[in-house]
Amino acid sequence: MKVEVNGTSREFVAGGSVLALLVELEIDPRMVVVERNRGIVRRDDLDRVQVEDGDRFEIVQFVGGG
Amino acid sequence: MTDERIDPLEGRDPMMIAERSFSSRLIVGTGKYRSHEETVEAIRASGAEMVTVAVRRVDLDASKQESLLHHLRPEEFFLLPNTAGCFTADDAIRYARLGREAGLSSWVKLEVIGDQETLLPDTEALLEATRVLTAEGFTVLPYTNDDLITALRLEEAGAAAVMPLASPIGSGLGLLNPLNIRLLKSRLSVPVIVDAGVGTASDACLTMEQGVDGILMNTALAAAERPELMASAMRLAVRAGRAAYLAGRMPTREWAVPSSPSTGMLD
Repeated sequence: MKVEVNGTSREFVAGGSVLALLVELEIDPRMVVVERNRGIVRRDDLDRVQVEDGDRFEIVQFVGGG
Repeated sequence: MTDERIDPLEGRDPMMIAERSFSSRLIVGTGKYRSHEETVEAIRASGAEMVTVAVRRVDLDASKQESLLHHLRPEEFFLLPNTAGCFTADDAIRYARLGREAGLSSWVKLEVIGDQETLLPDTEALLEATRVLTAEGFTVLPYTNDDLITALRLEEAGAAAVMPLASPIGSGLGLLNPLNIRLLKSRLSVPVIVDAGVGTASDACLTMEQGVDGILMNTALAAAERPELMASAMRLAVRAGRAAYLAGRMPTREWAVPSSPSTGMLD
């Protein structure tokens, strides 16, 4: 199925969790925040929330800023 | 350096915001440094406890790069997420929520920019976002201009401090309107933190001499040839300006007054 991550479309296996998506992307879940279809997925819920076809994700982190 | 003859304020003059005490009146940003290492060296030299960070997309092609968070340990620094780059209240609120989830606190440096050229704030949207985020339990520190009425409205809206600019973000022009800053400080109950525009140590000192509670700066350190040394200079300048303010300066005169006795002169 197709999902969008940070503005880019990609394939992801059906039935996977948001945590599995992060693992596939080689992202440390402790370092990021995930927004799924405009709603924040709490860190404790990452392995419980299933990725669905057409989901749009924003994965953000802290960077240098003033 | 802890000799109280050198600095009698050492450890005795905390900055209070929303009933939390900060050991330094200097708050620093983490943007525009050449590396994470340089960032941390400069922050340590500045003595700052509160440190701002931005929220941005993870670069999926370079996700294995070390995160800034690896270098800014929460035990050492109080991280203050900002909403820099947001042009609407809705965007700023969205970024603030993401920042809260990423960090360990519900504090936010709220920016809603109204104009790309000057990066001056959209004060109407800023007020709206301050109201919404305060209602959600955030401790809101809004970046604003040096306008008294806007500052009073922000205080009414629940801002935990008001952060007027010294001059435009990244300009290094220093404190352009000391009168307005003193006016804000005299009329607000919440702390006044001057944010943006400070370029060098004398700017920081002059700003603190106005009696404000603190200063937030980023580019003045990051764009210096030697950030760590400038950070050190800023630390001293903020302390010096604060001490001079508390000491109560002498009145100015437009004529000379001798410092030595006028009596006891030889015939």
